[in-house]
Amino acid sequence: MTDLPQVFWLLSIAAALLLITGFYCLIVTYNLVRALIALEILTKSVTLFIILAGYVTGRTGMAQALAITLIVIEVVVIAVAVGIVLCVYKNIKTIDGRSLRNIKG
Amino acid sequence: MLSGLLLLPLLAIFILNLPFRGLMQKLSLVFGLFLSVWQITFVILLWMGRGGVDYWSKHFTLSLTCDSLTLVLLLSIGIVVLTTLLVSLQTFSSEKQRFGFVNLVLVAMMGMNGTVMLTDLFSLYVFIEITAVSSFILIAFQRDTNALEGALKYIILSASATIMMLLSISIMLLVVGDTSFAAAGKAINQSAGNPLVMPAIGLFVCGLLIKGGVVPFHGWLPAAYSAAPAAASVLLAGIATKTSGIYAIIRLATSVFANNESLNHILLIAGIISILVGAFAAMGQNDFKRMLAYSSISQVGYIVLALGCGTNLAIIGAVFHLFNHSIFKSLLFVNSAAVESQSGTTDMSKLGGLGAKMPVTNATSLIAFLSTAGVPPLAGFWSKLIIIIALWQNGLHTYAVIAIVASVLTLAYLLIMQRRVFFGIPNEEGQSVREAGFGIVLTESILALITIGVGVLFPWIFNSVVMPISSFLK
Amino acid sequence: MTINIILGVLLVLAAVWTVMTARVLRSVIGLAVTSVILTIIMFKLNSPLAAVFELSVCAGLISAIFISCISLTQRMTEEQAATRLKERFSMFWLLPVILVLAGVALYQLHLTPDLSLQQAAPTETDVRNILWNLRHLDILGQIIILIAGAFGVVALFKD
Repeated sequence: MTDLPQVFWLLSIAAALLLITGFYCLIVTYNLVRALIALEILTKSVTLFIILAGYVTGRTGMAQALAITLIVIEVVVIAVAVGIVLCVYKNIKTIDGRSLRNIKG
Repeated sequence: MLSGLLLLPLLAIFILNLPFRGLMQKLSLVFGLFLSVWQITFVILLWMGRGGVDYWSKHFTLSLTCDSLTLVLLLSIGIVVLTTLLVSLQTFSSEKQRFGFVNLVLVAMMGMNGTVMLTDLFSLYVFIEITAVSSFILIAFQRDTNALEGALKYIILSASATIMMLLSISIMLLVVGDTSFAAAGKAINQSAGNPLVMPAIGLFVCGLLIKGGVVPFHGWLPAAYSAAPAAASVLLAGIATKTSGIYAIIRLATSVFANNESLNHILLIAGIISILVGAFAAMGQNDFKRMLAYSSISQVGYIVLALGCGTNLAIIGAVFHLFNHSIFKSLLFVNSAAVESQSGTTDMSKLGGLGAKMPVTNATSLIAFLSTAGVPPLAGFWSKLIIIIALWQNGLHTYAVIAIVASVLTLAYLLIMQRRVFFGIPNEEGQSVREAGFGIVLTESILALITIGVGVLFPWIFNSVVMPISSFLK
Repeated sequence: MTINIILGVLLVLAAVWTVMTARVLRSVIGLAVTSVILTIIMFKLNSPLAAVFELSVCAGLISAIFISCISLTQRMTEEQAATRLKERFSMFWLLPVILVLAGVALYQLHLTPDLSLQQAAPTETDVRNILWNLRHLDILGQIIILIAGAFGVVALFKD
C-alpha cells in the first residue's frame, strides 16, 4: 500500500474531470434525455469521490453504505425525471428543451 | 414517540394500498387528516411537558432527536399538511386523483418529519431527497406543459444542489470519518486551518441555498410554485422548500458550523439580496401565484438575514418568522386556490372586484397580506420586529434600515394587489363567481385565526413560548 | 500502478464519448460502459458490495430505463441528424480542451489532506452490519423513496 497517495490523487483527478464533463454536458445540451444522462455522470463522479474517501481512510464499510444509499436514491430520481420527460413528449411531441422554453414565452 | 411520526404514515400508506380499492379511496383523506391532526396535538403535548416513551420507541429505535427548533417545525409541518389535505378536498374532483395526491403528501410529510428530527449529515441528504422527489411528482401531477417545465427546472437545479452537498459529504468523510452532526461539529472546531474544510462548508451551504430558493439560486422557484396544482403549491410554498433548505441551514449554522464569520457574512448578503430582489420582482408580476412566489423569496430572505446575524435574539426571530411565514404564505396560496377554482384564472389583469362575491376569501387575504408586510398587531409584525431589533443591536444598521424599507415596499405592492383583485366593481367575467367551497373556507378561517391569535396574544406568549425557542442553542 | 492510470483514463474517455456522441442511444451505451469501468475501479478500491450495486443498478436498470424512454420518443430523420451533428460539434469541441487543462491544473495543486483528525480505525468494516445497525435511518429513507417513486410513476403514467 505504499502507493496509496498516488492512487488517490490519480483517481480523484479522474473523478474531478468526470464532474467537469457532467456539468459541461448539462449546460450545453438541449436534449432533455441527454441532460438526464449528464446528471447520471455527475452522480458517478460523486460516488467515486465517496468510495475514494473511504479507501484512503480505511473506512470502506461506511463509504460503501453511503454509496449504496446514494445509488438507490438516484435511481428513483432519474426514474421520476424520465417519467416527466415522457409526459412532456406526449404533450408537445418533441424532447427538445428549447421548444419547451418557447412555449412559455 | 418520535419514530411514530416517521412510521405511522408508512403504516398508513401500507394500509391505504391494500386491495380494497373503493373503500380505501374514500378513507385516504381521513387517514391524512388524522395523521396531521395527531402530529399537531403531539407537538402541543410535548411542549407542555407530557408525552414520553411509548410503544413505538421501545421497538423501533431510530437515532432521532427533538428539541425546540424541531418542535416549531413539526408544528408547522402538521398545520400545512392539514391545510393541503383540506384544500385538496375542493380542488381535486376525481377521487382517484385525490387518492394518489394524499399518498404523495403523506410521503412528503414523512420526508419532512425525518429531516427535522435527525442528527446526521448524510441522512439529512436522504430525507431532503425524499421531500424533493415527492415535490417533483406533486408539481407535475396534472401533466400540463407549464407544470412539467417547472418540474424539470426544479429537478435539474435540485440535482445540482445534491451533487454539491454530496461532494461536501465526501470531503467530510475524508477529514472526519463520520457524518453525524456531533462529530462534524467537533472536527470543524478543531481544524481551523485545514484547507479542505472551508470549501466543504461552502459547498454544503450553497447546495442548501439552492434548495431553499435563496437568491441567486432562485431560478426554479417562480416557475415551480406558479405552475403546480393549487393544493401542491400550498404544500410547497408553505413548508417543503423551507424544511429542506432553510431548516437545514439553521441547524448547521447553529450546531455544526457554529458561528463561522465568513458563513455569517455570506448569509447576510444572500438574505438582503433576496429581500430586495423578491420585493422588486413581485411588483411587476401579472400572475397572482408568481407574485406570491417572489414574495416568498423575499420573506425567506428575512429569515436568512436574521440567521446571518447570529445572536440568540436574531435566531429566535428567524425561527418565529419561519413559523409565521408558513402560516400566512399557506393562507395566501389557499386564497389563490379559491380564486383559481372559482374563476378559472390567476391572471390579475382579468380578475377584479371579487371582494363582493367572496367575502371570506377577501377578508382572510387582507389579513394575510397585512401579516406579510408586518403590520401590527398581526403575527408578522412581531417576528419582523424581533429580527430588526436583533440586527440593530448587533451593529448592522444598514441592513436593518434596508429591511425596514423593503417591508414598507412589501406593504405597498401587496395592498395594490389586494385592491386589483378583490376591491372595486366586478367586471363581466366576475359576475358568476361564488364563494369557494366549505373546505377552503374552513381552512382560510383557521389559518387567519392563527395569524391573528399569535399576533394579538404575543405579549403574553413572548416569555413562555417564544423565548424558550433559543433553548436549542448551547 | 499503471493499471490505475489506464482505468482512470478510460473512465474519462468513456464519459467524454458519452457526452460528445451524436445519437442519444449511443450516449446511453456510453453511460453503461462508464458504469462498468467505475465498477472495476471500485473493486480495486476494496468496495465489492458497492461495485456490484453500481453494476446491476446503473449499468443495468438505468440503461434499461433510458433505452425504453428513447424508444418511446421519436427518432429524428436523417437530415435533421446531419444538421444536429454539425451544431453539436461546434458546441462540444471545447470539452476535451477544458479537460486537459483542468487535468494539468489539478495535478499541480498537490493538496495534502490533513488526515490526522481520524479517530482510530473503526472496528466495524462489514457493510452489511453497518447498514443495519448504524444507518437504519438511511434504510428507512430508501424504503420511503422507493414508495414515492412507485407512486410517482403511477401518477405520471396512469390516464
